[in-house]
Formats: sequence, structure tokens, C-alpha cells
Amino acid sequence: MVRERLARSSVGIAGLGGLGSNAAMALARAGIGRLVLVDFDVVEQKNLDRQAFGLGQVGSKKTTAMAENIAAVDPDIKVELHDLRLEGGRMEVPFTDVDVVVEALDSAETKAVFIEEILLKLPKKPIVAASGVAGYGKSEGIRLRRTGNLYLVHDDDAPSSDDAVLLAPRVGLFAHMQANTVLEILLEGSDGD
Amino acid sequence: MGIKVNTKPVDWVEGETVTQLLSRMTYTFPLVVVKIDGEVIPKSEYPNTYIPDDSEVEVIHLISGG
Repeated sequence: MVRERLARSSVGIAGLGGLGSNAAMALARAGIGRLVLVDFDVVEQKNLDRQAFGLGQVGSKKTTAMAENIAAVDPDIKVELHDLRLEGGRMEVPFTDVDVVVEALDSAETKAVFIEEILLKLPKKPIVAASGVAGYGKSEGIRLRRTGNLYLVHDDDAPSSDDAVLLAPRVGLFAHMQANTVLEILLEGSDGD
Repeated sequence: MGIKVNTKPVDWVEGETVTQLLSRMTYTFPLVVVKIDGEVIPKSEYPNTYIPDDSEVEVIHLISGG
């Protein structure tokens, strides 16, 4: 029952950095039927300390590189790519027909604008966001806060990425907590078998 | 007379806008999403939106990194 429901579900991911690339892989492995991936950027070697790409993908668009990595795990997953920078005022456009949106952007200001736009323009859409991923350790400080349709994986005591390093373990924890929360939303009311 | 900000009791100030409340609470605009009694307030409305007495304000603070 769980697998059938996930195969019928769709998830949109805004940003394919440390959060988005790892959340996308987790959701792909969990068997989400359709993933909508949005990013404007290109894979750089320095991204490989935390992002789910390989050396052979340096220089490729993140969207196409992610589609390759998903296809390598499960070629049946439908992947819709939007190679664009999300612009304030029309940020919700790629996500109108997905079941859940994942906020996986970088700067706090862009996160705030994106979350606000999704909540205002797609008021019924669940959005799973993340805040405070920089640094290492302090796993016990990572929490999930829910307010209406906003689910925020956060550590309010964490430093900004302007002041602290971003590394795979902690970014991965947040990305997987986001993906895990997505499953909880999609499977609400399921008996879990 | 009082409001709650992120579940914490805070004095209500007559005629205070969202912008003024954020400044009083030392939150960093524009790195926040604000809800009053469950309703999202667009950033453009912060200077024109007054905090009602007895209201519950949520300030969701975002930290960079992704």
C-alpha cells in the first residue's frame, strides 16, 4: 500500500544543492513516481563535499546531472526538469501540480521569499523547508516545526553558511529529515504496511 | 493586554506594526516569514499591518545554507 501510494505521488524540489540533491535521491529511492526538479546552476567540483553528484558531472547542469543519477537508481521515475533561477513574483509556477514542495535553496533571504510565496499563492500545498544546516555535530538540536502547511526542519542555534562550513553529514541529516517528512505527509492516513 | 510571539508572552503595544514588532524583538528583516493568527503576512504589508491585541504571532526565522 505504501509503495503504491508513493508511486502515485509527485514532489517538487526547489534547488539541487546539498539539501535538494540528497533529498531527491532519497525520494527517488523511496519510489516517488514523479519528481519536479528546479535549479539554474552547474555542478562544480567544490560542490562534491555535500551534493549528490560525481566528478564526471562537473560542468553539467545540475538538473540534467540529477536526472541521470535518479535514472541510474530507478529509470521508471518521471523527472521533470526546470533549468531556471526562481524569480520573486513567480516562484510557485513550477510547483502548481505537485503534491508536496521541498524548499532546498541556499540564502536565508531567498528561502524566506520562496516560503512566503508558496504559502500565499498555493495555500493548500504542503511545503517542507530547512534552516540552519551549516556546521557539523549538534545533531540533537535539529527539530521539525509545523505551522499550518509549513514544515520546517531547523536548528535555530546554528550559524549561517556565511560564517560556517557546509558538509555532507549535517546537510544530509537535514535533507533526509525533509524527505522523511515528505513521506509522512504523502502517507497520512496510511496504515503503513 | 498581551500577544504571543512564537508562544512567548509579549506586551501588546497599541498601533505597533509588524515592522516595529520585528525591530522590538530584534529579528532580522528580511530573513523571516511572519504569521498572525495563522495567516501569512506578505513582506510588503509589514509596515501597514498592525498587531491586534490578543493575537498569536509566529516569526519563522531562516538561516542561510543549503
